[in-house]
Amino acid sequence: MPSRVETLVLHDSSTPVIGDTQKAGNVVVTGADFLLKAARSNSLWPLTFGLACCAIEMMGTVASRFDIARFGSEAFRATPRQADVMIIAGRLSKKMAPVLRQIYDQMPEPKWVISMGACASSGGVYNNYAIVQGADQVVPVDVYVPGCPPSPDALIYGVLKLQEKIRKKNAANFKDLRLWEGLTGARTLEEVEA
Amino acid sequence: MSGLLRDILKPVVSGFGITARRLSHAKVTVMYPEHKREQYPRTRWRHALKRYDSGLEKCIGCSLCAGACPARCIFVEAAENTDEQRFSPGERYAVRYEINMIRCIFCGYCQEACPTGAIVLEKNFELADTTRESFIYTKARLLDPLPQAK
Repeated sequence: MPSRVETLVLHDSSTPVIGDTQKAGNVVVTGADFLLKAARSNSLWPLTFGLACCAIEMMGTVASRFDIARFGSEAFRATPRQADVMIIAGRLSKKMAPVLRQIYDQMPEPKWVISMGACASSGGVYNNYAIVQGADQVVPVDVYVPGCPPSPDALIYGVLKLQEKIRKKNAANFKDLRLWEGLTGARTLEEVEA
Repeated sequence: MSGLLRDILKPVVSGFGITARRLSHAKVTVMYPEHKREQYPRTRWRHALKRYDSGLEKCIGCSLCAGACPARCIFVEAAENTDEQRFSPGERYAVRYEINMIRCIFCGYCQEACPTGAIVLEKNFELADTTRESFIYTKARLLDPLPQAK
């Protein structure tokens, strides 16, 4: 365990031994992980990345009939600095791909990606020179939502899938907590895909 | 005094009146994971391969669905039926039937093109998943279960 864990240890009254960083560190990581997962999965603030017609269904998801606020995702943010999950809604052209990557890089950890619709997930009917055949060639995608476009309840099902995925992943070490990218360094490709 | 009544009290009371009227309206939100809304009659979602009442598959492996598909997401490989191993009433059956559900746009052209009504788009929209590989729907996943013996 890195010594940085001890700063967390001091704030946790239930920690048994401060000196035993290996043992105490795991207790802290597990406890903090439980709280972080609950907090994160229930307040996934999406970044609006409406690229095409799927964005209309994404707006419909926020409206009162389907009301994604019931799952804590109503706060659509126009800036990547305040967003947790990027919903790629629509076909991603090759000209847009570097922009998408830059905005993904600007999002702070922890961050997730939902690829909404056939075009964002695989290119859909647009199997041509202009469209990226799947947004996962540019950013790591957590949940794929098929449909053309997916109805609001299908998108909500995708958000629920993402919540389930966040809750299932157990943090093994401090870096897995994804608290601060500047402290632990960016995640490797293997860690992102796991 | 009358100015106070007109400029402050009246707008406030009428404003709360709007709130009070809205309170009596029926709620519009569909409580989705617990209650699913009724889908429209022509809604097209997840495909299913149908069987006849005898248990034989309706699909005869003609690949017309694959030809009609604008996204080119259907793959059909046909094989001959024999008298010992019979899957469909026709000469041939689909030995492999795969749909790339992530590329499918649920247009229903496959259903329109099918001469035997084997492929039907049903109303299950809960298809989201976390890995790309899991979206290749094989014949085993698409085919309806055998009808229960009566």
